[in-house]
Amino acid sequence: MITMREISKSFRVSRRKAGFAAAAKALFHKEYDVVQALDRVSFTIGDGEMVGYIGPNGAGKSSTIKIMSGILTPDSGQCVINGRVPWKNRVEHVREIGVVFGQRSQLWWDVPVADSFELLRDIYQVPEQTYRHNVEELTELLDLSTLLRTPTRQLSLGQRMRCEIAASLLHGPKVLFLDEPTIGLDAVSKLAVREFIKRLNREKKTTVILTTHDMQDIEALASRILLIGRGRILMDGDLQTLKKENTVYKTLTVEYSGGQLPQLAGATVQQSRPGRATLRLDVGVLPVPEAIAAISRQVGVTDLSVTGGSVDDLVVSLYQKYHI
Amino acid sequence: MKAIRAIRLYGKFVSMHLRCAMQYKVSFALTMLGQFLTSFSALLSVYFLFDRFHGVEGFSFSEVLLCFSVVLLSFSLAECFARGFDRFSVIISNGEFDRILTRPRNEIFQVLTHTVEFSRLGRLVQAVLVLCYALPTSGVYWTVDRVLLLVLMVLGGVALFSGLFLVYAGFCFFTIEGLEFMNIFTDGGREFGSYPMSIYGKELLRFFTFVVPLACVQYYPLLYLLGRDTSFWNYAAPLAGFVFWLPAWLFWRVGVRRYKSTGS
Repeated sequence: MITMREISKSFRVSRRKAGFAAAAKALFHKEYDVVQALDRVSFTIGDGEMVGYIGPNGAGKSSTIKIMSGILTPDSGQCVINGRVPWKNRVEHVREIGVVFGQRSQLWWDVPVADSFELLRDIYQVPEQTYRHNVEELTELLDLSTLLRTPTRQLSLGQRMRCEIAASLLHGPKVLFLDEPTIGLDAVSKLAVREFIKRLNREKKTTVILTTHDMQDIEALASRILLIGRGRILMDGDLQTLKKENTVYKTLTVEYSGGQLPQLAGATVQQSRPGRATLRLDVGVLPVPEAIAAISRQVGVTDLSVTGGSVDDLVVSLYQKYHI
Repeated sequence: MKAIRAIRLYGKFVSMHLRCAMQYKVSFALTMLGQFLTSFSALLSVYFLFDRFHGVEGFSFSEVLLCFSVVLLSFSLAECFARGFDRFSVIISNGEFDRILTRPRNEIFQVLTHTVEFSRLGRLVQAVLVLCYALPTSGVYWTVDRVLLLVLMVLGGVALFSGLFLVYAGFCFFTIEGLEFMNIFTDGGREFGSYPMSIYGKELLRFFTFVVPLACVQYYPLLYLLGRDTSFWNYAAPLAGFVFWLPAWLFWRVGVRRYKSTGS
């Protein structure tokens, strides 16, 4: 159980103009801007939930993750995870969480992955039997058997990420924080990672909190979405409701021969030249099949394509809606 | 029990670092040789000085070498095992410290285990060789208590130098730029420490007694070893190296608290 209540955090960022004179001046007099990274952030995440945490760069995602994993102390507010305050009982708290930073490795570069795992076993004091059981299971699920005896430096990014995720689960954490786990991975590796995370959540009831910019991650994994922008939680809900409540636009491109395109309510013409038109459809008013039917009654359609309506578009429209 | 487990874990880290270092044997050997040669020039400068003057402030060549080797020995041991603090700015800037904070172990312990530089043992080899030369020629009548004092000098020196590295690491929490001034005390301390501290005059001796207690691990106990002043305080002086850890540790703690509140 994770409870965040009214968490605020601000940073002082030193500002100075470029150039030598400004640098010399900054030696004596530093100017700071206060940046409100988090502004009264509150949410509750139950055991076994899987939450996608999204927002543009610099919105406060990392700060939130850092506070929840005990790295940062907030200015004000309360945070209790499994009955503990992360920054007060750091050592006890981190025993029960796993953290994957997609951009940083925790494996030893020059030795086989298995050696890194064994060291982690000792750091977390995982009992031998539990450890062996966990490794076996992770090896099977993430297909690591050939990788374990390879030095980390010889692994591909996708292979390494699978090992990274396994490494952060060796001690069987109750909560797993994933900070951009699929960044830079190819399609196959992404699918493998997603599939594993889903299974972990379903079978082990591990609470998963995931930050990502990859909307397919969100679509595949998160039933619940937290949207943060400028340090505030803007929206908290599940993907389906979100899709329903927010207008989704689709783009319809028609190529046709002869005739005049009809004026349709819910469709705006974006581009038009003889024989080809691009329309933006408000799906709530005018569903795609109806639009196509209406158009083909009037003109002879030669080609037709529909794009948009993906979670990506949804997020872009959300960002626009909240001006972030 | 907890301590034993920590030591065993530390041993595992050391073996891991050794395995990593052995992946690049040639590089390892060359760095070690380089380390040996750099400190060799310091030894040469002592040698040439004595070639000309025969004595410095009443200390003979062998007596100075005794001092030289103790300081070099302490420094190279500290640099080998506390190198994580010496390179702490890197640990901060690449986010490794965040990782450290997400693990259920003491922060200092984790930084100590983060880097172990075996190539620094190149200096150590030299220090041991010089010590082997100085032990019989320095004219010290070696008794059990004097041997113990010598060991204490080295340990106190290791504590002092690693304490200095810890202070440096503490500064890294506040700024990563302009920390070269700390080298005056670490690398500078090693160079200054080649000679008994008294030769630099009263002011510096006082500084290196009460602020950075480098004289406490070489000059004062050296007086005891040579039988010039066998007071209790000269015997106990190397403990100051351990005492130095207290303010260094407190400073580090302030730094960690600041890091946790600023994240940078």
